[in-house]
Amino acid sequence: MLYFSRWKALAIILTALVICLFAVPNFFPQDKVKTWPVWAQRHIVLGLDLQGGSYLLLEVDSNYVKKERLDQVRDEVRRVLRDAKIGYTGLTARADAVEVRVKETDQQAALTKLRELSQPLGGLLGSSGQRSLEVSDAGGGLIRLAVPQAAITERIRQTIEQSIQIVERRINELGTVEPLIQRQGTDRILVQVPGLQDPTELKRILGQTAKMEFRMVDSSISPDQAQSGRVPADSEVLMSEQSPKVPYVVKRQVLVSGGDLTDAQPAFDQRTNEPIVNFRFNSSGSRKFAQATSENVGQPFAIILDNKVISAPVIREPITGGSGQISGSFTVQAANELALLMRAGALPAPLTVIEERTVGPGLGQDSIEKGKLAAYIGSIMVVVFMLLTYRLFGVFANIAVAINVAMIFGVLSLLNATLTLPGIAGIVLTVGIAVDSNVLIYERIREELRGGRNAISAIDAGFRRALATILDSNITTFIAAAVLFYIGTGPVRGFAVTLGIGIITTVFTAFTLTSLIVAGWVRWKRPKTVPI
Amino acid sequence: MTQFVLIALGVLIVVLTVVAVFDLLPPLRIVPDETHFDFTRFRRISFPISAALSIVAIVLFFTHGLNFGIDFKGGTLLEVQNKSGPADIGAMRATLSTLGLGDIQLQQFGGPNDVLIRVAEQPGGDAAQQAAVQKVRGALGDSVEYRRVEVVGPRVSGELLAYGLLGLMLAIFGILIYLWFRFEWQFALGAMIANIHDIVLTIGFMSISQVDFDLTSIAALLTILGYSLNDTVVIYDRIREMLRRYKKMPMPQLLNESINSTLSRSIITHVTVTLALFALLLFGGHAIHSFTAVMMFGVVLVGTYTSIFIAAPILIYLGVGEHREAPDTSAKKPDTPAKK
Repeated sequence: MLYFSRWKALAIILTALVICLFAVPNFFPQDKVKTWPVWAQRHIVLGLDLQGGSYLLLEVDSNYVKKERLDQVRDEVRRVLRDAKIGYTGLTARADAVEVRVKETDQQAALTKLRELSQPLGGLLGSSGQRSLEVSDAGGGLIRLAVPQAAITERIRQTIEQSIQIVERRINELGTVEPLIQRQGTDRILVQVPGLQDPTELKRILGQTAKMEFRMVDSSISPDQAQSGRVPADSEVLMSEQSPKVPYVVKRQVLVSGGDLTDAQPAFDQRTNEPIVNFRFNSSGSRKFAQATSENVGQPFAIILDNKVISAPVIREPITGGSGQISGSFTVQAANELALLMRAGALPAPLTVIEERTVGPGLGQDSIEKGKLAAYIGSIMVVVFMLLTYRLFGVFANIAVAINVAMIFGVLSLLNATLTLPGIAGIVLTVGIAVDSNVLIYERIREELRGGRNAISAIDAGFRRALATILDSNITTFIAAAVLFYIGTGPVRGFAVTLGIGIITTVFTAFTLTSLIVAGWVRWKRPKTVPI
Repeated sequence: MTQFVLIALGVLIVVLTVVAVFDLLPPLRIVPDETHFDFTRFRRISFPISAALSIVAIVLFFTHGLNFGIDFKGGTLLEVQNKSGPADIGAMRATLSTLGLGDIQLQQFGGPNDVLIRVAEQPGGDAAQQAAVQKVRGALGDSVEYRRVEVVGPRVSGELLAYGLLGLMLAIFGILIYLWFRFEWQFALGAMIANIHDIVLTIGFMSISQVDFDLTSIAALLTILGYSLNDTVVIYDRIREMLRRYKKMPMPQLLNESINSTLSRSIITHVTVTLALFALLLFGGHAIHSFTAVMMFGVVLVGTYTSIFIAAPILIYLGVGEHREAPDTSAKKPDTPAKK
């Protein structure tokens, strides 16, 4: 144990040194580090509890996704049966299936046609054998088209994928620094925005589907008449966005939808100086809009966002340029938000905030100060205690612990890990525990000395016997840290990370550096007694 | 001020290091070199005490319950700091009680300017929680700085609790398997009993002290588990070694010698861990206060006690060392026949 070949010693020292060096970027300002080569830029990321910021967990409304899908199936069934000129009755979307009744003589033809709607799941590569629809014959002319759970799950997955893109676009438009947006589980999106103090605006922006539609206003009936119950079949009553809420009767048919928008910018109306939003359609949108406006000069149309009427201007002349403006007596902020939502596009399904954690910058700064102070004082107390207890060997232990902590920071940087307040606690705790490996070795050496061995043989035996124990005892703690990493989120996960890395560096230091230091001392001094 | 203290302490370390290198420090022995405490005999007292304490802890758990934090209960928590001097909690309570949000707790937290506001979970799902936090923000306005806002919806809180408990069980199970591989099954079982004892007592402590039981508490519990086991494993390692070396020593004596010969290490290590935790408790700030308090109780008080007075002596009842050669007839027989 006390003999190290020159190469082995060199390899150990180099490894420790390189790992420690990775911690260096943390001591330089960010903008300076940015000019370094990429491999040297890795650094520790401060958790939201230390730097302040907002954490949001969003969930997609899976019932909405399911209902959308069933409605879509119902519309497809109607289209297929009409095209095939098959008469039907009782076409309804139930909880998890669409049902339709045809004449028994038509049943086989209808089944064949409707089965064409069902496709294998997962595209061409899908090998699960599951299909997007299960078409079955319920007897007596009744046909059931069930949407299997796997198809719903697949659809939720796609919805989340699209939503992440939209969420990303909307958040980037807010001009935040390094937001983190990632999927979590099957139906959730995690959003972290460092430095954001008040997530109210963020939540409002993410909480809107922003489904935008341009439709005609139905002038054949007044809103008051419509509200008393006589709405034409192809129209519906929608309320205005601004209060006081005013009802409008609008056609169900969509002239142009938000998907055809290419740009939207807030601006001020040159005459009234009111905030407005200028928008521009792509070519197909322009064509549809031009056609609709030239057919309906003198009629009002409605601009609708999430089933609320933003404004209902009268078409004065055909709009053929593909661009227009919305003026709906906005505030400046509302105009900005509307333009942002129009640019970023609509979410495929509503998102709900199910968890929110925000830390203000003041508290974060306080936590850093307090964590640092606790870390310094804890380390100093442990170091002094080790010096008093083991004297020269205490010096060895302290050198090992110092390198150990430097290595923890090195590994954290290498992994771009997140440091949280409990994470700092984990490091302090590691200092307390890292000396344990030295204590185990030293106590064993003391014992071997009492057993009558000479100095060198006692040191050798002490190391050899203690190392097995060190490994066993640290693996148990490591298992606990690993489980914690798996179940924890945010700050708690930060604790698991530093604890786990601390255990690994502790074992590494105990097996290599500590014995190397002691071996060096033995070779240099050739001691007859051990001052321990 | 703190800077000067830190610099002074740093100078102290340098001086001590120099003195130590030139071998001028007097030797310090916290624990005498040779101790011969009869720890195993103490099991007649320690086992009933532990059993009684465990029962008390369980009763407390069911009567007092745990003070579930919003992680597990759902609801809203706001930590606010009054911008203009000390906060008038009475006035704030009066303002907030008009919002119709049900049970709202206010409590001074840290300095006189800081107030912790807890709003119980609102009926009506996730959107209702969001509406509640908006109302509170609206009512307090700009007179306070929002240092921390946490909103946990009903579904998330349920999942967090389930995950936490699952993690705890997973950790116990994983460690059990590991010990089973490394030692014999009796050791694994002994360690697990000691483990559960630790957790039960710590939960009792959390019930008495009514600290928030949240995700960080689960982290504290898992850490306690890890360190208590760390201690137990060190003693078990020594017992295994002694079992190989002294084939004829009676079990109680063998256990005693194992505990005594690792006693110095156990105590020194606990001093260092206590020092580290003490620094965190005093200087680490409110955010991790309950976390370190629970850890202090679990690691320092319970963990050490368990390893020495429960985990080691219980091996006698689990039949460790039964299949060795018969003990010397001259030696005292194990006073309790081991059960199979």
